[in-house]
Amino acid sequence: MSAAATANAIEVRQLTRRFGQFVAVDDVSFDVRTGEIFGFLGSNGAGKSTTIRMLCGLLQPTSGTATVGGIDVRRNPESVKVRIGYMSQRFSLYELLTVDQNIRFFGGIYGLAEARLAERRRFVIDMAGLAGRETTLARDLAGGWRQRLALGCAILHEPAILFLDEPTGGVDPISRRQFWRLIDALSQAGVTVLVTTHYLDEAERCHRVALIHAGRLAAMGTPTEVKQVFAGRPIVEIRADQAVDAMRLLEAMPAVEKTSLFGTAVHAVLRDPAVSADAVADRLRAQGIQVEAVATVAPSLEDVFLDVIDRANAAARGTAA
Amino acid sequence: MRKAFAVGRKELRQISRDRRTLLILVFVPAFFLLLYGYALNWDIRHVTLAVQDRDGTPESRALVSAFVNSSYFDRVADAYSPDEIDRLLDLNHARAVLIIPEGFGRDLARRQAPEVQVIINGENANTATTVMGYAANIIRSAGATFAPAAAPSPPPVSVEPRIWYNPELRSTLFLVPGLIAYILMITAVISTAISIVREKEVGTMEQVRMAPIDTFSFVVGKTIPYFLISLASAALIVLAAMLLFELPMRGNWIALLVALSLFIAGALGTGLVISTVADTQQVAFQAAMLSSFLPTLMLSGFIFPISSMPQALQIVTYAVPARYFLIALRGIVLKGTSIWLLLPQMGALIVYAAVMLGLASVRLARESR
Repeated sequence: MSAAATANAIEVRQLTRRFGQFVAVDDVSFDVRTGEIFGFLGSNGAGKSTTIRMLCGLLQPTSGTATVGGIDVRRNPESVKVRIGYMSQRFSLYELLTVDQNIRFFGGIYGLAEARLAERRRFVIDMAGLAGRETTLARDLAGGWRQRLALGCAILHEPAILFLDEPTGGVDPISRRQFWRLIDALSQAGVTVLVTTHYLDEAERCHRVALIHAGRLAAMGTPTEVKQVFAGRPIVEIRADQAVDAMRLLEAMPAVEKTSLFGTAVHAVLRDPAVSADAVADRLRAQGIQVEAVATVAPSLEDVFLDVIDRANAAARGTAA
Repeated sequence: MRKAFAVGRKELRQISRDRRTLLILVFVPAFFLLLYGYALNWDIRHVTLAVQDRDGTPESRALVSAFVNSSYFDRVADAYSPDEIDRLLDLNHARAVLIIPEGFGRDLARRQAPEVQVIINGENANTATTVMGYAANIIRSAGATFAPAAAPSPPPVSVEPRIWYNPELRSTLFLVPGLIAYILMITAVISTAISIVREKEVGTMEQVRMAPIDTFSFVVGKTIPYFLISLASAALIVLAAMLLFELPMRGNWIALLVALSLFIAGALGTGLVISTVADTQQVAFQAAMLSSFLPTLMLSGFIFPISSMPQALQIVTYAVPARYFLIALRGIVLKGTSIWLLLPQMGALIVYAAVMLGLASVRLARESR
């Protein structure tokens, strides 16, 4: 592999984009290594898509720089487009064209020669499991197939870098799993993947993740690294019949920093690692809560995400005050 | 160009599977041609006529038959008193009344110019004027048949009007070229604007923008199919008009093709400009209707003569491409005018197309930033 292949595929420095008064992306810097699956996490409107659009050369940054595949996106957006693949949450296919015609069209606008297109077409049909459906209209495909066809169309020209903007929205769990296997395979073949998602279980499959909140980068690292924010702050998961009452009582305990609802369970973040889960449960029982189960749990990315947002909001209130 | 070809092929495939667009491109022109071709007609026939013949001589009866035989008038009633005339007009049983006074035949025989009275319902001024013209013509020509007996000497100056290009003054012949402009403008503007805005709505536009294809190739690939379809649709309208409305094609087909192409190019440009402004198909549709439908209908000379508009509106018409196209089209189709005499109109169409396509490419290029 050449020297370029070992360098960073994407380098972002102090990237900022304003829309009028609104700062959509605020001073964001990060690197993505070649062949890495890099997860870009954040709630809707946090600035994920704006960042991707800038990296793809579709939107000019207000300030800061970004290089993609070694090319400055601000100076040379058209050369960036040849090296990247892009797939959005809308699986943008032409509904009234068949599977085959969609592939031909995207091959055509990427300027693929006939022989290469034929070879790539076979690869995509294979990869997406669409053999036998070549003449089906895109609008008649089920979600998972549409998603894989959209991915196939995005990688027809064998891009070194792939941008996936919430690629698994509205797709059933089996298709999601299948899709992630394809992403893993691409990554192993050396393709750099930058994926945005708000499914935090998917984020666990990324080599590294960046959490973006209100346009700012709030945390970055491997999933294990970002969970270190909970070092010395154990998380106790409590299942109780009156979850809301339990949360109120927990919040009142001096040992509890904060609580959040996870499905039917309550997660309580403790200030002191010396306090045991059972001690917390006993206090709740003493106040009349039927505790069904209690355990200290490892932090999930969802815990990290909520914690990061809490602290970012608290910091924002602090500067406002 | 390979990329533009890929876009064009995709667009044609989409159109062929898209019932709504096909409907706009094929059914609407046919519908408009039939609707306007048959309904929009100022020729007046079968005017209901009441007759009060107070003379009752062979001469007076000959005049009445001249009216009836003209096929412009239907004799529906006979009136015997002024009250009855009032009643027939008030009830709209008759739109015109012919009153022949006593002594009509006698005066003719004495070579004294007799007088007849024609009363016309003037509620609709246009109709009334036309009916008056018919009546005057009939009376004049009927008078001429009595002439050997009646006219002592020919009048010193006589006017013998002769109408060229459309001798029967059929309004259809005048309207059909306007109709072609109107239909083309609507289908070309609407279909281009909607096809691009739809790609924005569905998200395929964003996907295409991520690909290394320049705006020019995209726009060329996107508009060429609509250009060809519009041209074919125009040819069909002309042929249909020749068959159904006996539209003469006196000019050069090449000249017609040039005029059509220039006009369609401007219309496609307008559609593209709209597509850069509108974000939803609904907005695009409304903008396209407003910018193509109304000006072409009202301000092009299609129906209302530009020369009789107020000065301010006349100035506005210079910005309506159909104004120039209509002059060119009527010239080529009805008069067989040579293309060289239509250079000012062709020039104006070129300017319009250049401005619209230029504006569209500037806006499209800016949008992709």
